[in-house]
Amino acid sequence: MENKLYVTSSPHFRSEDSVERIMLDVVIALMPALIAGIIIFGIRALFITVLCVAFSVATEAVIQILTHKDVTINDFSAVVTGILLAFNLPVSVPWWIAAIGSIFAIAIVKQVFGGLGHNFMNPALAARAFLLASWPVPMSHFTVDGIASATPLAIIKGTEASGNLPSLFNMFIGLKGGVIGEVSIFALLIGAVYLLIRRVITLRIPLSYILTVAVLTWVLGKNGLFTGDPLYHIMAGGLILGAFFMATDYTTSPVTPKGQIIFGIGCGIFTSIIRLYGGYPEGVSYSILLMNIATPIIDKYTAPKVFGEVKTSEQ
Amino acid sequence: MKTREYTFFGGIHPRSYKELSNKYPIEEYLPKSQVIIPLQQHIGAPCTPLVKVNDYVKVGQKIGEANGFVSAPVHSSVSGKVVAIEDRPSSSGKLVKSIVIESDGEFNYDDNIKPNEDINNLKPEEIRYIVREAGIVGMGGATFPTMVKLNPPSDKKIDIVILNGAECEPYLTADHRLMLEKPVDIVHGLLAIMKALGASKGYVGIEDNKQDAIKEIRKACKEYEGVEVAVLKTKYPQGSEKHIIKAITGREVPSGKIPAEIGVVVDNVGTAFAIAEAIKYGKPLIERVVTVTGEGIMTPKNLRVKIGTPFRELIEYCGGFKGTPGKVISGGPMMGIAQYSIDVPVIKGTSGILVLPEDMIALKNPKPCIKCARCVDACPMNLLPLFISAYSLKNDFDKCKEYHAVDCIECGSCSYVCPSKRPLVESIRLAKGEILRKGRK
Repeated sequence: MENKLYVTSSPHFRSEDSVERIMLDVVIALMPALIAGIIIFGIRALFITVLCVAFSVATEAVIQILTHKDVTINDFSAVVTGILLAFNLPVSVPWWIAAIGSIFAIAIVKQVFGGLGHNFMNPALAARAFLLASWPVPMSHFTVDGIASATPLAIIKGTEASGNLPSLFNMFIGLKGGVIGEVSIFALLIGAVYLLIRRVITLRIPLSYILTVAVLTWVLGKNGLFTGDPLYHIMAGGLILGAFFMATDYTTSPVTPKGQIIFGIGCGIFTSIIRLYGGYPEGVSYSILLMNIATPIIDKYTAPKVFGEVKTSEQ
Repeated sequence: MKTREYTFFGGIHPRSYKELSNKYPIEEYLPKSQVIIPLQQHIGAPCTPLVKVNDYVKVGQKIGEANGFVSAPVHSSVSGKVVAIEDRPSSSGKLVKSIVIESDGEFNYDDNIKPNEDINNLKPEEIRYIVREAGIVGMGGATFPTMVKLNPPSDKKIDIVILNGAECEPYLTADHRLMLEKPVDIVHGLLAIMKALGASKGYVGIEDNKQDAIKEIRKACKEYEGVEVAVLKTKYPQGSEKHIIKAITGREVPSGKIPAEIGVVVDNVGTAFAIAEAIKYGKPLIERVVTVTGEGIMTPKNLRVKIGTPFRELIEYCGGFKGTPGKVISGGPMMGIAQYSIDVPVIKGTSGILVLPEDMIALKNPKPCIKCARCVDACPMNLLPLFISAYSLKNDFDKCKEYHAVDCIECGSCSYVCPSKRPLVESIRLAKGEILRKGRK
């Protein structure tokens, strides 16, 4: 019977980890925020999310069938993209915009570049940027309970005169204007803790990102140096969603420990600059997209010092 | 008293599976009929046979003479008749010229085997001579001739000797049992190595999952100056030479250099035991402890086995296969060599025979790299395995070199953690071979 022995090179056993399990963990971690979104914005939040997931998965399957590749929709990666895109849309967005966004995310941003692991930008964020540029009005129309409501960042910025800033507590639990998945900091943090415990993500990117925004928005306050309100900036807009769930996207962020921290700081700098001085009230998506593009070069210049490496003395 | 625990950066925490065999004392197993003794069981030049077919040989008789400085002689492990000198598959995975001896079952010892003087009365060069003549090589698996380590370049002063008792490979318990049962001999071996090198400090590095062994070795160290146990955190690959040195001494072996460069020599605890026996009884390296284990073995055991004993006999002695065997591995699951036949012999570097059943060797198709960076965090050499592997698979070995592929110690941590089941260390090993070959031209 030993004629049937398998011969391969070592190692001969491997961890239980799998791409499917990692993606499933991300899906699980996004569930509290989805539930919060449904409670705050109504059942349409669920409808938009399901629609985005369905279109994302279907697009992936169709393209893989057309190009005669293995259909890999069971790895949940398209599900994650669908949920994240929905989380970046206002609840009142027309359904066809959500559908177009999903198709764009998977077809153009992911599959055109070679599918899982080969895209150079976060598909959900790139799709959001595309939608915002194409349909700016429906993409920035925010409502809570059917009443138009400005986002805290818009209020801080003063671009929309309506209303006062919500209390910190309301900001934390999510009673504020915004896109479906970003509003409840509380729900997002539950998911983030889950991802940290499951070791799907580390704190390197989220922490350096959030701390950079905190410091910069505090230092560069409206009424002079050190007068800013970092807590509002942390809890307003998409920072928590972006820092824990989108900047940490494996494929589009650096692999080196030092690179991940630089990436986080870079995201933080761009976000702060856009929020404080740019034309848009919010800058999380653009910051992450910009840093996505810088990722290969960051990896190149932040390779860790190899064990036993001898630095050749420079002449 | 809280003892300091030593460790290193990177690495992985695989399940140990040591409970399958770590409770069983070492049993002696004597080969039934033939032993196959390869003339190359070490890193370095193969031996020249000293016997002919039909010669009668005795236990401990030298049957292969070392060729050159980096080489080690081989000895017969049985008494009986030489029946063949021919190429045979070895557990190193290669065909090696081997001396096949039909045992007469008597185990008559060679007359040349007699006890040496006490360590205290031996001069360093006498210890080196004994070690060389006994054919002792690194028994942790690397099989580097020990004599060469005891003879460092004259400009290198060795001050620290480390015995490697980490046994960080899952499943294996041979070193663990040896430390439990022969602590005094192991410490004697350490003292002999220290004396041969003129080193003042000796450590036995043991992972903290072997508390009983730590206790025994500590007890054995008490009587002597300058020797102690260094407790290591349990983590793979703690037993890597570079990493056990780093953990215990804080010194880093420079890339491409040997530990002697920084004044350290590392030997396996099994090697130290063999040295102690060579001094005490004049016994050459003709047997070793082998863990026969795995879910595919009926009753796992730790066996003291004569070099040359075929795997088949040991597997049968341990109750045979449990279920359908998928892989038979010489060594541990992380760095061991998968065998295509069980008619290969135990050699000096065989620390274990691991049988994994068919359902445990799931050969999964690799998925695309998602750049999760688990391999980066796991690599104990601080390499970027994902990039080296990607370049290797594109045959761009110059790029692999830029990414320090040659520093890879092939521990397999990267492949272990990869969620996409990519052949990381496998492709890096390939690149390493290509780069080294190109360098030699």
